[in-house]
Amino acid sequence: MDTTVENKYTFKDFASDQEVRWCPGCDDYVILRAMQKALPEIGVKKEDIVFISGIGCSSRFPYYMDTYGMHSIHGRAPAIATGTKLANPNLSVWVITGDGDSMAIGGNHFIHALRRNVDLNILLFNNEIYGLTKGQFSPTSLVGQKTKSSPYGNTQPPFSAGELAIGAQARFFARIGGNTPKEMTQIFIEAEKFKGTSLIEVMQNCPIFNDGCFDQFTDKAVRADKQLFVEHGKPMIFGKDRNQGLVLNGLKLEVVAIGENNITEEDILVHDAKEQDPTLHQMLVRLDYPKVMGVIRSFNDITLEERKDAQTQEVKSNSKFRKTDDLFFSGDIYEVE
Amino acid sequence: MATTEIKHQPEVLEAVIIRFVGDSGDGMQLTGTQFSDTSAMFGNDIATFPNYPAEIRAPQGSLYGVSGFQVHIGSVEISTPGDEVDLLVAMNPAGLKTNLHAVKPGHTIIVDTDAFTKKNLEKAQYDSNPLEDGSLENYRVIEVTMTSLTKEALKDVEGLDNKSITRSKNMFALGMVYWMYDRSTDHTIAFFKNKFKTKPQLIEANTKVLNTGYYFAETLELIPNSYTVAPAKMESGTYRIIMGNTATAWGFLAASEKCGLDLFLGSYPITPASDILHELAKHKHFGVKTFQAEDEIAGITSAIGASFAGNLAITTTSGPGLALKGEALGLAMMIEMPLVVVNVQRGGPSTGLPTKTEQSDLLQTLYGRNGESPVIVLAASTPSNCFDFAYEAAKLTIEHMTPVVLLSDGYIANGSAPWKIKSVSDMPDINNNIIHKAKENWHPYDRNEKTLARDWAIPGTPGLEHRVGGLEKDRISGNVSYVPDNHEYMVNIRAEKIMRVQNSIPELTTAFSDEGDLLVIGWGGTYGSLYSTVKHIKEEGFNTIGFAHFNYINPLPKNTAEVLKRFKKIVVCELNNGQFAKVLKLNFNDFNILQFNKIQGLPFGNEELVQKFKQLVK
Repeated sequence: MDTTVENKYTFKDFASDQEVRWCPGCDDYVILRAMQKALPEIGVKKEDIVFISGIGCSSRFPYYMDTYGMHSIHGRAPAIATGTKLANPNLSVWVITGDGDSMAIGGNHFIHALRRNVDLNILLFNNEIYGLTKGQFSPTSLVGQKTKSSPYGNTQPPFSAGELAIGAQARFFARIGGNTPKEMTQIFIEAEKFKGTSLIEVMQNCPIFNDGCFDQFTDKAVRADKQLFVEHGKPMIFGKDRNQGLVLNGLKLEVVAIGENNITEEDILVHDAKEQDPTLHQMLVRLDYPKVMGVIRSFNDITLEERKDAQTQEVKSNSKFRKTDDLFFSGDIYEVE
Repeated sequence: MATTEIKHQPEVLEAVIIRFVGDSGDGMQLTGTQFSDTSAMFGNDIATFPNYPAEIRAPQGSLYGVSGFQVHIGSVEISTPGDEVDLLVAMNPAGLKTNLHAVKPGHTIIVDTDAFTKKNLEKAQYDSNPLEDGSLENYRVIEVTMTSLTKEALKDVEGLDNKSITRSKNMFALGMVYWMYDRSTDHTIAFFKNKFKTKPQLIEANTKVLNTGYYFAETLELIPNSYTVAPAKMESGTYRIIMGNTATAWGFLAASEKCGLDLFLGSYPITPASDILHELAKHKHFGVKTFQAEDEIAGITSAIGASFAGNLAITTTSGPGLALKGEALGLAMMIEMPLVVVNVQRGGPSTGLPTKTEQSDLLQTLYGRNGESPVIVLAASTPSNCFDFAYEAAKLTIEHMTPVVLLSDGYIANGSAPWKIKSVSDMPDINNNIIHKAKENWHPYDRNEKTLARDWAIPGTPGLEHRVGGLEKDRISGNVSYVPDNHEYMVNIRAEKIMRVQNSIPELTTAFSDEGDLLVIGWGGTYGSLYSTVKHIKEEGFNTIGFAHFNYINPLPKNTAEVLKRFKKIVVCELNNGQFAKVLKLNFNDFNILQFNKIQGLPFGNEELVQKFKQLVK
């Protein structure tokens, strides 16, 4: 069924009548606006869009979108969304989650959703802190980080969302800074177009409990030099002057300067997001410098609903049962006079 | 076939109880099922009770590895698998030891003497061989070298390994019992032909062993006479034998067809509920979607997601799983969506007794969630009415837009009984609350005046975009609301919505007596034991005992107090420590409510009930 329409919507069509209640200066506003701008471009009918969230600051998101939505319970949004998508594959289903919601209390649903490859878009707001419960460390907080529940420093090593996701068979993983709305909008569009589970990690600044935690690579002044924005089929070049690039040296990625030591653009690795083997994608995810943004992995694969649908069609075409009567009155039945 | 050659004069019995016991790998469940199916097709009323260990293949010969299957067949109405048995077939010493207490004195025990080796006797913790030491003097023991006779019978069949040979000795026992009770072997032979389609040597072997057992019993002088049980007087119609869990699954299939919504099951495997998942997974031809989730929570939450998208959504579990589903069930109640949770109760607490029966999840079901979170609670009471109550659960959840928990238990879920087949065309209509078109000034919490059910606006419907969620909602707009009065109003309206279900459910009825000295009360899977006991006592001349059985637990039937009022004494019988008695006491404090409880992982026995009831009416 074709659920797309011509570009008749503007971002305003997706804003609900509810007052947005995040803290002033929060990146969540940027993400909300980027989504409201992405949806008209994607062109799916409003009534076919569903936002499902768990618990946390980010999970208030569905209330602000004038689509169908469910603000559910902590950590369970991927499982709810899986049910919604399997029940009606025509819907465009988005999961809104945070670092605690997806990787602590909801870790199990998160990895299994990725493994199954249902056509969902999971939007992960990672701020490396618990915001709504007012400042405890999260599963992505750094070792040593001082928080309300770790006054002497966090002792638990963090997850990397991308590493975890790719380890859990994620076919699509993208990462973006919370202060780059234009690129974010483009990534949302790409994620929706991808058939299968798409995970987008937004490095989202919490101005209240973890302010500036991503500044070393998201701050406008250093962004161009500290971030590599990858695009499929293009060389991995970054830097204000576009003169830095990545090469593979043995089993490690290495930053090289173009124009030095006879290195030319030709030597720089070309990004292949569609490669099935996730080895290089994992290495890009793990890199601290430069911090890799953009669509890191986008491997096309059959979705769970496609598999299930094919099986159902086959069973239906081979089965002698059309109505429940056919089943109930089949096999070992007997008459009592 | 051999049945035509029978020359003996069978003794006619009203009812017979037979128990097959052996190692968990001895095929006792299959043997019992074959015997009960054959008897049902002959026209007997039946009730069965499988009793098996949690271990799939417990160490051979051990006491805790004994697997049993009891079947009660009758020419009269049969409501339970019965207590004491007329015939015990024991394939090994451990089976004999753990089941001897259940054999009526003077009645028959068939044993495979080949299994009574020194090693097996030790494993069964026998100091001496019970076949030799006189300890079975009070019984009629039929000793058969079953394993050797089976081997001998199969010595000329090609393509069999030793394992297949010894494994078919259960068919020898079945053949003997078929002859003793004058049953045809036809159904079982047809079963072999179907089951072993691709292995003709197994069809030959099993048929041969079955017939050998049959002829052996015929010619064996050790069997002084044989028995028959005439067909029962049952309502005319088309029947089949159905297990409780299958009936539950089929009730949902019927409801899905009737209401026109696809059936979605989100579930995580758990004993004794998994068979519902297995059954529904087979029925993709009806468009059924089954989703085996990563855990119990994802089982229910995926179902909530599917319900949100407009499916008839259910989740199935047992006690520990219900505990895990608690928060999500609260969400379903809060967002007022249709959802059926099936809890096939087992022995608790914690992991408890996974393969045994109990009714100890009642309070968890009623109250095991945070906040004021009432749900509709139903309880099926026989293997075959699992069909009706699964259907009823689906009907009520769709019509009232609130979750329903359907309680079953290991006893009725695994037990089987004749089911007079129902066609979907005979089932009551299911009216949904789906709203298809945007109306002016529509709100997600607009309610049906009569039921208070809210409109069901399904994603994909233009103009009805809205948000639901676990936060308290404004009574009209459905937006988040922290207004104190609104919260109280919403808590009350969600409770009132459940109470109004009373208008959609039947009144409580009593059997045997409408008033008198003693009212026996039960709920759920104890129906058969209680009904047959009260019936039995009534036949002895105790005319002042009535019986009321509850299938509707929340809300209770409207006339409950009226019924209780008409009896001097009330005794609530349940397989827990008095949970339903507590519920009745909470609701009706004018009555002196007595209890009779059993928590042994087993159903009530008739004898213990008879004693209790007689003592109470004295």
